[in-house]
Amino acid sequence: MARNGKANGKGNAKLAAVWVGKKLKRKEDPRLIQGTSHYTDDLKLPRMLFCAFTRSPMAHAEIRAIRTDAARALPGVVGVFTAHDLTGLGMVPCAIQMPGLNLPPHPVLATERVRYVGEPVAAVVAENLYTARDAAEAIEVDYEPLPVVVNMEKALEKDSPVIHQQFRTNRAFTHALKNGDIQSAFKKADRVVKQRVINQRLAPVAMEPRAVLGEYLPGENRLTVWSATQIPHLLRTQISVMVGLPETAVRVIAPEVGGGFGSKLNVYAEEGLVPWLAMKLGRPIKWAETRRENITSTIHGRDTINDLELALKKDGRILGLRVRILADMGAYHQLLTPLIPQLTALMQAGCYKIPAIDIEIQGVFTNKMSTDAYRGAGRPEATYNIERIMDVAAHELGMDPVELRIKNFPQAKEFPFTTVTGLVYDSAKYQESIKRALRLSGYDSLRRRQKSGWKNGKYYGVGVSTYVEICAIGPSAATPAGGWESGTVRIEPTGKVTVLTGASPHGQGQETTFAQLIADELGIHPEDVNVVHGDTLAVPYGIGTFGSRATAVGGTAAYLATQKLKTKMARLAAHLLGAKPADISFGRGRLSGKGSKKSISFGELVMAAYTARNIPAGFEPGLEATHFFEPSNFTFPFGAHIASVEVDGETGEVKIDKYVAVDDCGNVINPMLVDGQIHGGIAQGMGQAMWEELIYNEEGQIVNGTMMDYALPKAHLLPEFTLDRTVTPTPVNPMGVKGVGEAGTIASTPCVVNAVCDALSVLGVKHIDMPLKPERVWRAMQQAQASAQLEPQPNDTPSSSRAKRGISVSEKAARSKA
Amino acid sequence: MQKNVTIDINGQPHRQAVEPRLLLVHFLREVAGLTGTHIGCETSLCGACTVLLDGRAVKSCTVLAVQADGRSVTTVEGLAQGDKLHALQEGFWEEHGLQCGFCTPGMLMCSHDLLANHPTPTSADIREAINGNVCRCTGYQNIVNAVKNASRKMAKRVSARAGAR
Ligand code: FES
Ligand code: FES
Repeated sequence: MARNGKANGKGNAKLAAVWVGKKLKRKEDPRLIQGTSHYTDDLKLPRMLFCAFTRSPMAHAEIRAIRTDAARALPGVVGVFTAHDLTGLGMVPCAIQMPGLNLPPHPVLATERVRYVGEPVAAVVAENLYTARDAAEAIEVDYEPLPVVVNMEKALEKDSPVIHQQFRTNRAFTHALKNGDIQSAFKKADRVVKQRVINQRLAPVAMEPRAVLGEYLPGENRLTVWSATQIPHLLRTQISVMVGLPETAVRVIAPEVGGGFGSKLNVYAEEGLVPWLAMKLGRPIKWAETRRENITSTIHGRDTINDLELALKKDGRILGLRVRILADMGAYHQLLTPLIPQLTALMQAGCYKIPAIDIEIQGVFTNKMSTDAYRGAGRPEATYNIERIMDVAAHELGMDPVELRIKNFPQAKEFPFTTVTGLVYDSAKYQESIKRALRLSGYDSLRRRQKSGWKNGKYYGVGVSTYVEICAIGPSAATPAGGWESGTVRIEPTGKVTVLTGASPHGQGQETTFAQLIADELGIHPEDVNVVHGDTLAVPYGIGTFGSRATAVGGTAAYLATQKLKTKMARLAAHLLGAKPADISFGRGRLSGKGSKKSISFGELVMAAYTARNIPAGFEPGLEATHFFEPSNFTFPFGAHIASVEVDGETGEVKIDKYVAVDDCGNVINPMLVDGQIHGGIAQGMGQAMWEELIYNEEGQIVNGTMMDYALPKAHLLPEFTLDRTVTPTPVNPMGVKGVGEAGTIASTPCVVNAVCDALSVLGVKHIDMPLKPERVWRAMQQAQASAQLEPQPNDTPSSSRAKRGISVSEKAARSKA
Repeated sequence: MQKNVTIDINGQPHRQAVEPRLLLVHFLREVAGLTGTHIGCETSLCGACTVLLDGRAVKSCTVLAVQADGRSVTTVEGLAQGDKLHALQEGFWEEHGLQCGFCTPGMLMCSHDLLANHPTPTSADIREAINGNVCRCTGYQNIVNAVKNASRKMAKRVSARAGAR
């Protein structure tokens, strides 16, 4: 792996990469494939009690009375708690501060009112799980229904029911991002393309539901909380505030965590309440979420309405972009809720040169569960907006969507590239990724197939999305809770290495990738490197795993800590070998002086640092170093995805025929793991495009709140993905890695929708909102056909002209422009 | 009311008086202490709890412990023979068929059933066979590769054994 610059060059000649770049099998896997690892719900402590919740079945109501007698009377019930019993327990926190933000109090258990279905109203603690659940069901709550509002546009109307009366409005905030002369952009435009697109509400559905186990030892004044979380340290800070213990008395452990996708990047009511109850009752208490609770009461993703207007010259050059976004907050702000749409604003320009932009966002309260970070968090929405409007524009201009995109890319030499939204994109070769994707997909032949398909009355379509995303989150100035990450590297006396990382992976495989990285730096085997994470007592304060940051920020911290150690080791080796520190080089298992005449084994040197009998003056014994890495910028991975689909004209059923992804996440430590992230990401983004949608009805009830009704991607629904990559290292960190956790999700959603709309453009279909269920696609076809019959068909509408031309901007054209 | 049941789990008999409503998955996890079998939905929709009951894959959240009385169950903990991993476990490891690992025990047991009845499945067969098991991490592609990998290994071992005879 080529790395940009040495962290400290003191003669530590670079070793050739042996492990970095290899498809190493994961170190995590043996315990996972044998069922011997422990997720939170697998843990059992002596005298442990079980917790269950009574949750609101109403979306908006006054609580008149809560009757708990029947529940208390059940044998095995230890305690029943409502909001009145929680004196001393803090609120559910939101970390976002912004001018004009309406931030309602968010009690752990509902006080006078409930504001969404699934809001916790009472908690039961019992000797076993079944009893706890029986008791939770035996609690009777009298509700006085209030008018419900679930639709954002209705929520903003004057006569709408107001969810938090103190604000006298359901508007949570407004946020604007404007740059350039938008008026003149639209005045000068040859064409203005408009489209409303809806980014529907999704449920993250990590396969491991949330779970919390709290244990309090009064003698030691020690509260230990095991939680399925992506952010153990941030959670520790928040729990200490909520329960009123000094932070030093709280230990948070994220044991094995079964996926998060942002849904565990939060601080939930249960994470404060369960430990607090464990303190009150003096016994360990465990709560594991049911899947039903997971869908009603764990954060949701997306849920925005986006009105897009793109101003273009007739040759396809973009002049300006206007975007109006309504973003559904749900009933309360969870940890980052109001931040997510702001990320959409930042990334709204995508990978295009846009001279003027005008974005306005309104956050809106509704009687629903909170939205928050879900894989991509604001960026999928941004990418979907820009990639859809680019396609609508291409169709209206009669241009190939690839040609339109290439025309508006910044050139490789323009990087670092400052966007109209004020970001500085680090490095990219957008032309290169689309070129590869065209070749790999056989774009021209797909277009030929499309043409012949039309002749046969079948609808074949090709979709493209070229994306850029913001990763390695991020410089602290741009984040609510610090954007750095910590890494500690300790070489133990026997030469085995412990790496402590503040990142808290939960499936990404950093136990393996960090071991590869550090092994190469020290000239040892990855088996000898043990990566520890997710325990606040063992690991220095860290931020966590989200925003595709663990490797780019956390890995860099560990890498830089290793450089500190190497400097120290070189000094000791020089002392022992009678050489100059600058002349010491690291080989496989050995450190040598100049010309390798004299050398010392890695093990001997390490032992010498611990025995400390023969050390240079002022040398600090031991071999441990910590680095807190503060990145100077985000990183901006990018790529080009191409999908082809066939739409059944009779049923509206969509079959994804081909899916090609060319991604660039900078340097790659383990290609197998990077591909795995892309696969999973594509599937998740495809899920949004094709099947997933969490539906609240007018009464605020979730109508598809089970895994039966909420349509997750299943194996037989997905095509085989073809992957390739380009490698454009980032200058933001010394390893040149960018991050890859969310790329697939960001790119695939618009790619699939573009393909389907492309397929149906011959019928005059311009846009279909997601998910592209057969019924919705069928309706769009019917509607288009009906309106085509009504209107006299002009001879040369853009879409028909494109159809006639047979759309043949080719790989050749793309190549010549690239 | 409690009922005595005896369930053979990975070759070990487990005897316990249980509530008739106790789910097999809770018997495995709480009574036998085998937490490798996971609960992802408790409503037979995710497959995380899949185990073998008398050799056939079942979702153990949809079986009562009393229904398994006198029968034998294999869980993920029973797949490896001592230190020797099962071909499926090797396949998942080699092909990166797991990320967070939560769906993995269920995927392994479900594919075990597939390979027992269909030793050389195509990709489409595998995708069809695991369509009751949800994985949110992998996009399934490497799970398909893992099952194929195992199928190849098992075929080789069978022919090696035949050759040795
Ligand atoms: S837990 Fe049994 S199928 Fe989901
Ligand atoms: S590996 Fe995480 S759900 Fe399958």
